[in-house]
Amino acid sequence: MVTATIDTGWRKHLPVLNAFLRYGILILVGFVMIYPLLWMIGGAFKNNAEIFSSIGFIPKEPTTDGFVNGWKTSTEYTFATYLLNTMKIVIPKVIVTVISSVVVAYGFARFAIPGRKWLFALLMATVLLPKSVLLIPQYLMFREFGWLDTYLPLYAPQAFATEGFFVFMIIQFMRTLPLDMEEAAVMDGCNSFQVLTLIVCPVILPAIISVALFQFMWSMNDFLQPLIYLSSVEKYPVALALKMSIDVTEATSWNEILAMSTIAIAPSLILFFAAQKYFVEGLTSGAVKG
Amino acid sequence: MVTNSVKLSDVKKSFNGHEVIKGVSLEVQKGEMVVFVGPSGCGKSTLLRLIAGLDTPTSGQIDIAGKDVTYAHPSKRGVAMVFQSYALYPHMTVADNIAFALKIQGLPKAEIDAKVRDVAEVLQLTHLLKRRPKALSGGQRQRVAIGRAIVREPDVFLFDEPLSNLDASLRGQMRVEIARLHTKLNATSVYVTHDQVEAMTLADKIVVLNAGRIEQIGAPMELYRKPANLFVAGFIGSPRMNILSTKVRSVSGEAVTLDTPQGVLAIPRTGAQAATGAATSLGIRPENLHVVAAGEEGHLSGYVILIERLGGETFAYVTLKGFDGEPIILKLDGEAPVHNHQEVRLTIDLNRAHLFDEAGLAVGVSPDFASETDGSGHVQ
Repeated sequence: MVTATIDTGWRKHLPVLNAFLRYGILILVGFVMIYPLLWMIGGAFKNNAEIFSSIGFIPKEPTTDGFVNGWKTSTEYTFATYLLNTMKIVIPKVIVTVISSVVVAYGFARFAIPGRKWLFALLMATVLLPKSVLLIPQYLMFREFGWLDTYLPLYAPQAFATEGFFVFMIIQFMRTLPLDMEEAAVMDGCNSFQVLTLIVCPVILPAIISVALFQFMWSMNDFLQPLIYLSSVEKYPVALALKMSIDVTEATSWNEILAMSTIAIAPSLILFFAAQKYFVEGLTSGAVKG
Repeated sequence: MVTNSVKLSDVKKSFNGHEVIKGVSLEVQKGEMVVFVGPSGCGKSTLLRLIAGLDTPTSGQIDIAGKDVTYAHPSKRGVAMVFQSYALYPHMTVADNIAFALKIQGLPKAEIDAKVRDVAEVLQLTHLLKRRPKALSGGQRQRVAIGRAIVREPDVFLFDEPLSNLDASLRGQMRVEIARLHTKLNATSVYVTHDQVEAMTLADKIVVLNAGRIEQIGAPMELYRKPANLFVAGFIGSPRMNILSTKVRSVSGEAVTLDTPQGVLAIPRTGAQAATGAATSLGIRPENLHVVAAGEEGHLSGYVILIERLGGETFAYVTLKGFDGEPIILKLDGEAPVHNHQEVRLTIDLNRAHLFDEAGLAVGVSPDFASETDGSGHVQ
């Protein structure tokens, strides 16, 4: 509002009105976004009949049946097996992703490799490539390796910095670091590997934590890859186990599924909030810090 | 016994086919503080990085303490460097920063602790050892950076404009501290700066660089008294030397007589050689010009166009009658009774005047300085 006159009448209420409107809309949209999550948690404490008879998320007759029965699952294994299986995939995957991405990013950021520009463009191109395009050739390859029905196809590719997005993220972060610091380390007697591990890694820790968190959450949610490569039920991760309990019985116990889904997202949520400080810093500081 | 600590032999360096260092030969004696000065982009930092081993020369040889280290790893050269940006490790405490090089060398912990304590004491950092760099002031960070270099007990210290990130008062303080430290450790040092005050006060020997070449090497006062060419004459001294275009009228054993738009000037010179009629630049430092009292004759006359009073001294800008080019600068007493638009007559300390030929090289020597031994001042 560009007026030189003194605000009179209704105009002087504009700032308050503005705030009301802005925060009103934000709260409304925020609620719409978080409602499915609340509904899932609420639904986990309802009985199966109530889930379909009420829209609200607060259960009328709260019950833990969903958790008790869901944990047992309809298979011979408890839900703990599936959670453990998920961890067996996710933890190695996060570790190899972080290591390979940092090493490759350091190479791109600091070494004058011949054809570096082209290699980097190629790496970026893989980010744009839809993952499903790779499914069939990768399946055939891993079948030749004899890796079907093992966890190897799920994390071995990540050991070769195949996650271009993470490499890119770390490169951007590394570019903000002063070169002097690394040269000082070289003068102090470090070789390239020591510069990376003793100097660069501790300084880019926020970026590393961001990469680890992203990879953790995305892998927890991954459904397609385990579906393709795993065939024995005892190796199923959570994502497959949940889907399986929808299929096997005619009358699906939705409260059990909701209860187990709630448990399944708990690790991601806990990790996210625990590392939130670094996570947010990692996403923004690369762009803002000089 | 090798007396030179650092020796550069015809060192050249090109980046992408662009030659930055165009053949530099230089010797730094043991215990000497040598300062590289020059304008931005003259290659002084590149030269320091070549000595440090952070870059390798395109051709030529670098010896440190008698050993050829042209292609040796930086840590194997016995050099330690203090960076312009301090380059401290932000995730380590002050103690860890200082100890880092020793840890990499794999020294026993007790020995490292003892050395870190000694260095901290010398630099008055003892109470800060547990702090991280971000909790330190600029001057403290600088001292940590120096400590990190000292603890390694190198043959040669390299300083890359270490004071340029500090504010003026702190810079003066740290300059004195570095000079004190140099005397105490008696270590060979190579120091890069663009600040001629740092160069003049710290150096045993100044190397003036320009466009990848050495213009002159010499003790600070030697460069000031006997600049070998116009570039050094203009670079050393503040405000810069005034340069007037004149012509040679005649040359004798004791003096060069010049034709100027304001008449004839006889400049005492020994060993001068110049052709009659040749264009000559007459160089006069601002402090060697004086305003004469009204009614007296001077060497030159002109009008004051601007006065800068700094308190202790006054700079007066004077347009000379008949001369082309920029006004000349006079350095006068703080209370000098000059004012704008005033007509002034000036005398020159003719014994302190400088002469340069058409190529910019010095012509002869002032009789005041002729008796001095030539020392290491030579032109390349």
